[in-house]
Amino acid sequence: LRTKTQNFCRNEYSLTGQCNRSSCPLANSQYATIKEEKGQCFLYMKVIERAAFPSRLWEKVKLSKNYEKALEQIDTNLIYWPRFIRHKCKQRFTKITQYLIRIRKLTLKRQRKLVPLSRKVERREKRREEKALVAAQLDNAIEKELLERLKQGTYGDIYNFPAHAFEKALDNQEPESETDSEEEEENEDADDGHREFVEADIDESDLSDFEEMNKLKGSSDEEGSSEEEESEMEEEAEKEAVCSTSKGKKSKGKAPIKGPFRKKRAYVEIEYEHEIEPAVKERAT
Amino acid sequence: MAASDNEEMDFEEPQVKGKRKKKDNKAESGKKRLKEKDAEMEQLQSTSNGDINTESCFPPTFSVSDIKNKQRRHFMFMKLKQQKKKEKSDLKKKRKREREALGDKAPPKPIPKTIENQRVFDETVVNPEDDEVALDEGTDEFSSYFNRLTNPKILITTSDRPRGRTVRFCEQLATVIPDSHVYYRRGLALKKIIPQCVARDFTYLIVVNEDRKVPNGLVLCHLPNGPTAHFKVSNVRLRKEMKRRGKDPSEHVPEVILNNFTTRLGHSIGRMFASLFPHDPNFIGRQVATFHNQRDYIFFRFHRYIFKNEKKVGLQELGPRFTLKLRSLQKGTFDSKFGEYEWVHKRHEMDSCRRKFHL
Repeated sequence: LRTKTQNFCRNEYSLTGQCNRSSCPLANSQYATIKEEKGQCFLYMKVIERAAFPSRLWEKVKLSKNYEKALEQIDTNLIYWPRFIRHKCKQRFTKITQYLIRIRKLTLKRQRKLVPLSRKVERREKRREEKALVAAQLDNAIEKELLERLKQGTYGDIYNFPAHAFEKALDNQEPESETDSEEEEENEDADDGHREFVEADIDESDLSDFEEMNKLKGSSDEEGSSEEEESEMEEEAEKEAVCSTSKGKKSKGKAPIKGPFRKKRAYVEIEYEHEIEPAVKERAT
Repeated sequence: MAASDNEEMDFEEPQVKGKRKKKDNKAESGKKRLKEKDAEMEQLQSTSNGDINTESCFPPTFSVSDIKNKQRRHFMFMKLKQQKKKEKSDLKKKRKREREALGDKAPPKPIPKTIENQRVFDETVVNPEDDEVALDEGTDEFSSYFNRLTNPKILITTSDRPRGRTVRFCEQLATVIPDSHVYYRRGLALKKIIPQCVARDFTYLIVVNEDRKVPNGLVLCHLPNGPTAHFKVSNVRLRKEMKRRGKDPSEHVPEVILNNFTTRLGHSIGRMFASLFPHDPNFIGRQVATFHNQRDYIFFRFHRYIFKNEKKVGLQELGPRFTLKLRSLQKGTFDSKFGEYEWVHKRHEMDSCRRKFHL
């Protein structure tokens, strides 16, 4: 085997790895090597007297596991042999023992196991992960979960929408926004107030006779525009007729609220001071 | 001129017909070469010679894949596909017309099939009122946590010689999980550090495995002889790669959301995740850590939320995100050789069905 700078010897009995005249096991009739088998070192010797018997050519001597004793063994076996071979044998033996020690040390430590990745499988998994991510709709799921926790009251009283618990208990509706519910509250309170006063009138007169109603209303404490009164009337009618639905109130409740409710607000505030005020602040900001 | 036109047309038509006939003949001859039933062949010839456009009268055992000639086979296949498409679109149109005609009385639209809908029925899906499961969970390794006997304390480490990305990932994980400590591993054996951890009262050991400078595995080990879960980590996004992220997570204890852990196995993994975090979240901190399971992939996200009003939440993502896929669950602590595996992902058995999920 030839590289740019060196010749390597491929023979298994080579002492040094290079292909030289002096270190070729084939070229020299008297030769020795150290070889290692399963952690055991052996000294192989070849002498010219056995050149005719190829099967008995190499003499194998087992070396002791003790480093110094093994060196002595090499010395005694290779006594009267050329210095070069003796020296090289000892060097080789030293190197072999060193790497055996290293192997033993490494096997005691953790070994890094290489697990082969199949490209096809990796690609498949990656694809499936992307699809799963799309199907997961994480943000929506998280938001839903948080809102549910809020509804169930795990957050206690930290957040300022607790009045809604009442609303939900009362009406079987979807959760409403703050302002709407406030309006509802105010509506109900106002309507309650109204009812006591106005109901008799309604029974007597037709709903369609708004002018009369206006006149009648004019005498009441709550003042407001006729439109407001009409819408209020309609509201009341609705309320009487139908179980309250927020939608109706919402659509009609928003406009007229301001007039009479400004007066009523004092009433409302007295009762629900803690909850509504900060909400009002929020609306302002 | 008109006459000549007609003649030309006459010329063309037979030619066209001839071509069609030729193709018919070719198809038929193709079949002939396959030595299909001869009687049927003759019948076919007689019928198809007469009527050209309908070529659907083939013997029932014939399939497009039986034609040996690639061109012809391709042609027949394309025709088959077009035919099917046409049928499908006709059907669709018809249904749409019917629906419109019915107007309000139309039946509700059928629910589209999704993979979640079509999931193979898994008998290990946990019923919320299942007594046996409740009993199991009362006595399993996490019960001490859920009974508030122990507080979580986590040790995060990596495999040997972690690269920058892994190191940063570990640091960020440490900020997300309260009461966690990052230690570097310089060649220490896991089996040796486990007893030391137990001695120092750690409840969890997380080992982030690295490959090619990127974290790709996670070993989550519950310490006092608890189960060990090995995950494959993918799609790690560090904090600075997040879009529109906020400030760093504060020291408040986050809430935990576990989504979609339905089966028995999923339940135990979910409990594992839950016991990573201390019990009482600081709602003031408004932070939430989510483990969302979808089709056996667990997505981890860390958000800060704010309730804008009753119905709306705002979420701001801070903190790292990654996805996990469970590879194996082992009964005792980390022991790859002698461990008793409760569940191992076997690719050939478990990945073959696209509608079967285990978590």
